[in-house]
Amino acid sequence: MQQVNHTHTIIELNRVCFSFTSEEIIKDVSLKIHKGDYVGIVGPNGGGKTTLLKLMLGLLQPKAGNIKLFGVEIKDFKDWSKIGYVPQKNYVEMNFPVTVEEMVAMGRYGKRGLFHFSTKEDKEKTLQALKQVDMLDYKDRQINDLSGGQQQRVFIARALASEPEVIFLDEPTVGVDVKTQKQFYALLRKLNKDLDLTLVLVTHELDVVAHEATELGYINRTLEYYGEPNEFLKGAYFHELIGKGGLHS
Amino acid sequence: MLELFKYGFMIRGLEAGLIIAVIAPLIGIFLVLRRYSLIADTLSHVSLAGVAIGLLLNINPLITAIVASVLSSIAIERLRISKRIFGESALSIFLSGSLAVAIVLISLAHGFGTDLFSYLFGSITTVKQIDVYIIGILGILVIAAIIAFYKELVYVTVDEEAAKVSGIPTSLINILLIVLSAFTVALAIPIVGVLLISALIVIPVVTALQLKRSFKKTIFIAETISIFSVITGIVASFYLNLSTGGTIVLISIGIFLVSLFFNKK
Repeated sequence: MQQVNHTHTIIELNRVCFSFTSEEIIKDVSLKIHKGDYVGIVGPNGGGKTTLLKLMLGLLQPKAGNIKLFGVEIKDFKDWSKIGYVPQKNYVEMNFPVTVEEMVAMGRYGKRGLFHFSTKEDKEKTLQALKQVDMLDYKDRQINDLSGGQQQRVFIARALASEPEVIFLDEPTVGVDVKTQKQFYALLRKLNKDLDLTLVLVTHELDVVAHEATELGYINRTLEYYGEPNEFLKGAYFHELIGKGGLHS
Repeated sequence: MLELFKYGFMIRGLEAGLIIAVIAPLIGIFLVLRRYSLIADTLSHVSLAGVAIGLLLNINPLITAIVASVLSSIAIERLRISKRIFGESALSIFLSGSLAVAIVLISLAHGFGTDLFSYLFGSITTVKQIDVYIIGILGILVIAAIIAFYKELVYVTVDEEAAKVSGIPTSLINILLIVLSAFTVALAIPIVGVLLISALIVIPVVTALQLKRSFKKTIFIAETISIFSVITGIVASFYLNLSTGGTIVLISIGIFLVSLFFNKK
């Protein structure tokens, strides 16, 4: 497991709370994510993993506390091309008429901005992103002709196309077989190490986080643990959770 | 064939029809893929209320239809965002409500005779020169808006959440799409009529989707089907003395059935 230099904070949550109704889903969560971190967020179903991710992406607004992205309050943050997002999705809508290249090119749209057409540079970056995930040969294929694992690679490529500094992934391997999962996590490891890309992964697979991530966050309404995965696994706290069946979804 | 062009109303009908044929699938592809097809139907009934207001007040019904349709489209989107009622319920309230307004106005005026009938089912013979200008100018504006916001419309259609994270102003794009739909529906009234508009917006797109091509090719195929259906529909209705709107829709349904057959193979 690599050591990460923790001097450069890119995401900071300070006492964040969130609720849809009167019951709090996220309570008093504070954490810092640094450049180059590979963060795995685990926790029971309904514990608030995806909600926490959506708060960090600005898709939900906290009821209390504040969130900073790259040192800027999230409501004032404009540089969204620094952020890549691979949403939770285990299939692509049948009949959606989009080729692999068209799908990945969308990753550049936000960066290009309103009233600007895509350029030659956008095309180059799109193809480069496809190459990074080893899907260049499939660029003219329909997205719904691909297997679940291949589709996930395309969504990673779409996130990579805007040349982000951090990529958020929400349960990316749901509905994907074990062999494909291993290849998928090998790709994430490569992106984290080779491109120094920060990754924030929400998953229910604790073993993946234990082997792959540099940081582990365990959330069950409150952030009950945040730190090295090994410490979490060694600790009495972890065994207590397993005993309660608290980790399994 | 050339005798067709001796009649001013045929030329006006073909000009207006061609513009509608171009814009209907451009809007249609986004509505169909976002499961918003019902919006076209709702806005067409709102447009009928607009037509009735125009006929009652003696204002060009195309203009009142456009105003009613655009204003309602904004109200529908706001209602949908507020989540106070389900999106589908909002559509259904507007559909039946505007139909009620139209019927009450018609009964107040003791019926509008053939004029109303031509707006219900479309009739190119009643397309006036001023209508061609209105359809031309607003039609070009709709096309320009779709080209200008093409990439944002595509991304929001494919994956709204990811589009939002990438910094695209998704609420603005959503309202833009529904307002453009409102213009398209209202503009198409003189040609295909209130009751058949959604067919022209939906059927060419659904047909093109059967062929499973890229997004751009799907738009191109839908455009070809739409233009072919409208032109042949207008010409056939002239020679065979049939309803224009009905003929156009039947031709596009015929092409759809053929595409289903080939898709099965």
